[in-house]
Amino acid sequence: MLNTADILETINMIRQECLDIRTITMGISLYDCVSEDEKRLCDKIYDKIMYSAKDLVSVGCEIEKKYGIPIVNKRVSVTPISLVGGNISSDGYVNVAKTLQRAATDLGINFIGGYSALVHKGETVGASRLIESIPYALSETDIVCSSVNVASTKTGINMDALKKMGDIIKHTAYLTKDKNSIGCAKLVVFANVPEDNPFMAGAFHGVGEPETVINVGVSGPGVVASAIKRAGNCDLSALADIIKKTAFKITRVGQLVAGEAAERLGVPFGIVDLSLAPTPAIGDSVAHVLENMGLECCGAHGTTAALAMLNDAVKKGGVMASSHVGGLSGAFIPVSEDAGMISAVERGVLSIEKLEAMTAVCSVGLDMIAIPGDTDAAVICGIIADEISIGVANTKTTAVRVIPAYGKNVGDSVDFGGLLGTAPIMSVRNESPAVFINRGGRVPAPIHSLKN
Amino acid sequence: MKAVITVTGKDSVGIIAGVSTLCAEQSVNIVDITQSVLSEYFAMIMLADIDALKIPFSDFVDMLADYGSHRGLDIHTMHEDIFNSMHKI
Repeated sequence: MLNTADILETINMIRQECLDIRTITMGISLYDCVSEDEKRLCDKIYDKIMYSAKDLVSVGCEIEKKYGIPIVNKRVSVTPISLVGGNISSDGYVNVAKTLQRAATDLGINFIGGYSALVHKGETVGASRLIESIPYALSETDIVCSSVNVASTKTGINMDALKKMGDIIKHTAYLTKDKNSIGCAKLVVFANVPEDNPFMAGAFHGVGEPETVINVGVSGPGVVASAIKRAGNCDLSALADIIKKTAFKITRVGQLVAGEAAERLGVPFGIVDLSLAPTPAIGDSVAHVLENMGLECCGAHGTTAALAMLNDAVKKGGVMASSHVGGLSGAFIPVSEDAGMISAVERGVLSIEKLEAMTAVCSVGLDMIAIPGDTDAAVICGIIADEISIGVANTKTTAVRVIPAYGKNVGDSVDFGGLLGTAPIMSVRNESPAVFINRGGRVPAPIHSLKN
Repeated sequence: MKAVITVTGKDSVGIIAGVSTLCAEQSVNIVDITQSVLSEYFAMIMLADIDALKIPFSDFVDMLADYGSHRGLDIHTMHEDIFNSMHKI
């Protein structure tokens, strides 16, 4: 029998503490759409997405109503387009991006991911053309997301591809300069990219995935922050327990929704992503969780330790609540999407270097960080190389979603609206790593990758 | 299957009667009620059996919410499974 306290706790989490299902993401394989004719390729992709996800939004809305919990985004991820585009021209790839946009708009979903290339060891012709087309694809679409995996623990770092990404990011920023360089907010450079990630901008439908699949990402920093606040002055063992119990409850809701969505859509359930995903809304901030743990401000010394403990406790609580856990599964620290992070940057407490250290103990990486528009491409490559190295050396996913906001400088800020939030421009070190980056080639895989 | 109906708002005559009547009209059997009034603020949690519900559950949710908005009440109806999954292992 349900008891009143449990009912009130759940209702309070949803109404006061911003608990929501961040996304139901349907992964769709596009392998059967391969065609050497560009128009036929686009037609097949459009038809496949429209057919597979035709009920996604309506089912999402029904579940939202049944359980009384907001499902903020309904999304689709597809097979990395470079794997199905083959040798079509760069312009052809842009047309595929426009096709993805058209399908996403017609379905009424919020984002579509998978304009992606996996080049951690080297580039195919298709991958090279897709990468070249990214700035145009992202400037001519609104809800298409792109990602490039340039490294893995098994293969090392493809520095030739990484070097390209510096220019691609700059070019994307330029082509979307009228919208605060928003194109870069839809582009992620990865190491050890997960193939079942439901979160954007890095979602795509991996090569070992089934025909279609349902992956779910939950939110809940507000719930964790409130639980910590209520706990008062307990020691860290007790605090870890509280976080675990809260993460368990949050994840159980994700599991419930994922199972129901999969059943109603007749699609296999994939994973629940355990990530604590913040939003710019007040009371939905990972930085505030850290501050409630006892830091004066996110970014203070001690932040990495607090985040490591938070991330570990969230996983321990979440893993028991779900039959399959995957995706990124950790605490997100996107600057522009987190009110506490924004304020810590504005106070001058949180720097890129501290964020980089934090990414060593959580998912996912340097995320939604705006930097001066005139930052040299080689410096951007240096930022990416540092971050990617953390992922490769620690056998974890890391990523960079950095926005060199055109025409903006430290002291300015850029507003992307919605979940993407507002980013204060952060300072970077402009001493050049160009000679190192321009050496190209591959950084060999670390010795601990040899596990067989 | 059961639903949890929460009703909050300014107290007035006939809130329970109104909500109960809507439930009865749709063959929803009320199993349990917890209700209190504090400084003219009305709060009620109602547990209701929805096995014989005549209309789709989402329409029932909307119907109660609409009724609430006309009376200045906040009425939320949620399937019991969300509470069970969150609080029971």
